[in-house]
Amino acid sequence: MIRNIQAVKDLAKQGKRLDARSFSEYRSPVTIETSVSQTAEGSAKVQIGDTIVMAGVKLSLEKPYNDTPNEGGIMINVELLPLSSPDYDPGPPGIKAVELARVTDRSIREAKAIDFKKLCIRKGELAWFISVDILTINDAGNLFDAICLASLVALNETRLRPFDEATGVVDYKGTTDTKLPILKQPLSVTVYKINGALMVDPSRDEEEALDSRLTVAADEDGIISALQKGGSAPLSVNEVSEMVDLALTKIGELRAIMEKK
Amino acid sequence: MAYNKRLDGRKTKELREMEARSGVIPNADGSAYFRVGNTVVYVAVYGPRPAPRFLANPTKGILRFHYNMMPFSGYGSRIRPGHKRRSQEIGKVMTGALEPVVDLSKYPNTIVDVFVELPQTDAGTRCAAISASSIALADAGIPMTDMVASVAVGQVDGTVVADLTYNEEAYDAIVSDIPVAVIHGSKEISLLQMDGEIKKEDLITALDMAVEVTEEIHRLQVEALTKRFMVE
Repeated sequence: MIRNIQAVKDLAKQGKRLDARSFSEYRSPVTIETSVSQTAEGSAKVQIGDTIVMAGVKLSLEKPYNDTPNEGGIMINVELLPLSSPDYDPGPPGIKAVELARVTDRSIREAKAIDFKKLCIRKGELAWFISVDILTINDAGNLFDAICLASLVALNETRLRPFDEATGVVDYKGTTDTKLPILKQPLSVTVYKINGALMVDPSRDEEEALDSRLTVAADEDGIISALQKGGSAPLSVNEVSEMVDLALTKIGELRAIMEKK
Repeated sequence: MAYNKRLDGRKTKELREMEARSGVIPNADGSAYFRVGNTVVYVAVYGPRPAPRFLANPTKGILRFHYNMMPFSGYGSRIRPGHKRRSQEIGKVMTGALEPVVDLSKYPNTIVDVFVELPQTDAGTRCAAISASSIALADAGIPMTDMVASVAVGQVDGTVVADLTYNEEAYDAIVSDIPVAVIHGSKEISLLQMDGEIKKEDLITALDMAVEVTEEIHRLQVEALTKRFMVE
């Protein structure tokens, strides 16, 4: 695949982008669709420009871990589908998918976004475990932010299934109105540094032209719950400060779109 | 207690509500979205692109299908991602279903990869995937001599029906489930499998029904492609 890496770098120096956006501008439209999978307990499809991802939540009743006998749990898995880009091959998740999943996991887990104790049904015996699978449908850049948004919306949409408390058998065809105990709403925005310029919502060309990037996840109170620096160029404290400011502003805008939906 | 009335109230030859679109995945060379009832499929076509050395055929291009159910796409607990014998087999029979109409003789040493992903399923997934793949391959401009449409037919407690749902497949009586793919022009069958039990006469009745009802799917396929390439 031919990428316009040099053009992206040259333009960045002049304060411009290949698709004529400003540095702080997301692609449009940012759309959120829910109930995209009737078989999932909660699901969402997020589109940012041409980037499309789908998230689905599956619940299961399992024995809690020995060190947290009165808590349920969450597992986040990202699959970069070969359907979504010529860059991806079939096979087990590579390092890119693992990083995306782990950063999304931290943004939710470290924000204490889910009250895991409320997921416990019988201490040491039975608790709800949440699996969130996020799959790419079309990768046109900025998967970090799209995946985090899709995961959160899918979790918000999730309703528990009826179950037999004695046997722990879940009735996957039944429905209830009970939501997950969600306490916080963490979202992430990734800021890219390219040739001295800071910008959000990178295209694939811009991702390839990076010097460094910083993913910032924060809840509705602006409390940061995950950070991930990428790229080979180091950042000064001042740059980090500037990047976090930009990310927090954009997180607010994404949150407004999510809440309007 | 014959099966006089279908569980979802459809007539015997009636298909579930369908929806087809093409060009839904910008990165792909060709793509399609297809929904029949609660079964939804996305298909992306990439290629012809250089084939891996160990696969390359110097006389013609290779057509390869990858079938995958998303982890949350089943009525039941999560489906663990990864290679499965069922997915591998479906990929293979899908290749057989489309190969008769796809001409890659002008593309030696290349491969055309067709990726099938299902976000939600309610039976008939390989049929929906074949109908969608035919749209996606045409969308990609792959040389084709015809279109292929696919549906499952079968017998539920003595009654021959088209487009079985999961509940019909699981009906508590003798049931047969016969996925069929039909080449539109010649009416020939390019995929034929069966689960269950059926008498020969009923099998032929069912196959005749498949040939008849795939006409409706074909119309939808052509409509999706026409919309895609219509100049405003």
